[in-house]
Amino acid sequence: MADHPSNVILSVQDLDVKFNLRGRVLNAIRGVSLDLYEGESLAIVGESGSGKSVFTKTFMGLLDQNGVIAGGKILYNGQDLAQYKKEKDWLKIRGREIAMVLQDPMTSLNPLKTIGYQIGEAIAIRHGLRGKALKEKVLECLRDVGITEPERRYHQYPHEFSGGMRQRVVIAIAVACGPRILICDEPTTALDVTIQAQILKLLKDLKEKYHLTTIYITHDLGVVANVADRIAVMYAGDIVEIGTCEEVFYDPRHPYTWALLSSLPQLGIKGQELYSIKGTPPNLFQEIKGDAFAPRNPHALQVDFKARPPYFEVSPTHKARTWLLDPRAPKVEPPEHISQLRKQGGGLSHDC
Amino acid sequence: MFKYLLKRLAQAVLTLFVILTIIFCLLRLMPEEGYLGDSYDKMTEIQRETILTEMGLRDPIPVQLAKFYADLFQGDLGTSWIYRPNVAISEIVAEKAPISVEMGLLAIALSLVVGIPLGVFMTRFKDGIPDKLGMLFVVLVMAIPSAVYHLFIQTYATEWLGLPMLFKQGDFSSWILPTISLSLYNTATFALWMRRYMVDELNKDYVRLARAKGVKNAAIMARHVFPNAFVPLIQTIPSMILLTAMGSIYVESLYSVPGMGGLLVDVIQRQDNAMVQALVLIYASLSIVGLLLGDILMGICDPRITFTSKGGAR
Repeated sequence: MADHPSNVILSVQDLDVKFNLRGRVLNAIRGVSLDLYEGESLAIVGESGSGKSVFTKTFMGLLDQNGVIAGGKILYNGQDLAQYKKEKDWLKIRGREIAMVLQDPMTSLNPLKTIGYQIGEAIAIRHGLRGKALKEKVLECLRDVGITEPERRYHQYPHEFSGGMRQRVVIAIAVACGPRILICDEPTTALDVTIQAQILKLLKDLKEKYHLTTIYITHDLGVVANVADRIAVMYAGDIVEIGTCEEVFYDPRHPYTWALLSSLPQLGIKGQELYSIKGTPPNLFQEIKGDAFAPRNPHALQVDFKARPPYFEVSPTHKARTWLLDPRAPKVEPPEHISQLRKQGGGLSHDC
Repeated sequence: MFKYLLKRLAQAVLTLFVILTIIFCLLRLMPEEGYLGDSYDKMTEIQRETILTEMGLRDPIPVQLAKFYADLFQGDLGTSWIYRPNVAISEIVAEKAPISVEMGLLAIALSLVVGIPLGVFMTRFKDGIPDKLGMLFVVLVMAIPSAVYHLFIQTYATEWLGLPMLFKQGDFSSWILPTISLSLYNTATFALWMRRYMVDELNKDYVRLARAKGVKNAAIMARHVFPNAFVPLIQTIPSMILLTAMGSIYVESLYSVPGMGGLLVDVIQRQDNAMVQALVLIYASLSIVGLLLGDILMGICDPRITFTSKGGAR
């Protein structure tokens, strides 16, 4: 986390997103609030279907057609993005203010267009460059993301690039237009481990170079430990806990965060079965009563099934949505190996 | 590229050779009565033998085959036996083909001009009313036997629009209905596949990325989705053009168009072996050329396809 008090660059307030699926309504995002600080690196973690991707897609107006923002605000630059309906409005945001890196570099480039064309397309829109000037700028972008021989690479097609190189191209496209916020939607999931580290390093370097604010969406806690200043834990379309990297890793308060951390293979004891969270995530087609995690929570209180917990502040930067933090709640200790994480300074800590 | 073409051409020649040889041999199995026509009953055995020997049918088959190929290599398709006795086949084809080719090209142009935009339009308004109407058209044309709607068009459209019922050389209005009838099926095919491929492309990640980088929807459609969807379609277009240009039996007979359409069936029925062989050669060559052109076009449009062997599967 940056030392000086940072400015809020993007503020989400009580966001509700619903999807219409064959006549039924799915509540994908249920009243989420989040302040994103300028220059920070925020990681959003959670299991598949927890709404992490959908949440960030709303910042760029990229929801699928059957998805609607049913309530709440997304404040950016004094404007409420949640009110944006027309493509014309979004074109001012996409690429130039907020950019995105998608998960699978094998499919996120057009196979029939050259790399040069695909990077240039974004720059041409943003800067109105053409011809030689455009090409120069594209070559600069290619060099920026560490692609060697950009002159030759410029004329090549995606299939002539390896997975890691393609992801570099995707990143070049994302930063080409000088955005302020970069959303990385599982940027390394489709890559092998050695390449993952390179891509993460590249993203970190670019963040420094261009003063980007980055959001990482991931379910890989190893990635999180590597890149994030702050962590938001999402479950069933809600942020259940948010805090600095250290706070969430070493002093987690929400039972879901405990469960998530317990599932880390690194914390398993050799010879024992790996921990897995019992049960399944709630059905988002139904109205959720109380705490969404309660049915899977061994520490659930009666109130968890009746009323949705508010956020309880643990520290000015750390809050969690669980009744366990209510002064009236019985004292529940986190699982032993979680509290030991701090003492061990575990394998995850190196970058926090 | 050159090496690839040479290889494909060699393959094509081999294919033609196999097809022609099989057809040639099969034709020699036809009953001999057929060659003699109505006068068969009145002839004596000696007369019959004389005629058949003169036609060369009494030679051993390898000898006949060798003679056929010898003539063919000199560019001689032979003369018609029965259809129009002793007229050079090239002359008959030269007389009949132009009208089929003209009408066919016109029809395929119409299918492309209507079918492709229809497919794009249906994609643009997917699941909306334009899409449903377009689908209705496609399903009607594809599901109803073509004979039914060809006849329907001839019967009613001529009446409503006051267009001539039969084809007349030089009268443009008599071209309209047969050309439209000829184009309908291809129009539906183009529309259906265009829509299908475009919808496929629309759901791909690179479209999402293009949107995220701030490209307008209309530009995404024009620059990314349409060209990419058109590539798989482009492979089939040369074949469709060539085959349509060779005429349609039903439409041509319905409007009495003096084209190539019914010719093959006609000469098979009349056992005009020389004509059958020549026509099979023409049709088979066109199909092969169509496929080859399709592959080459596809290779030109899709950078992932190269014509040189890379050694090993990719």
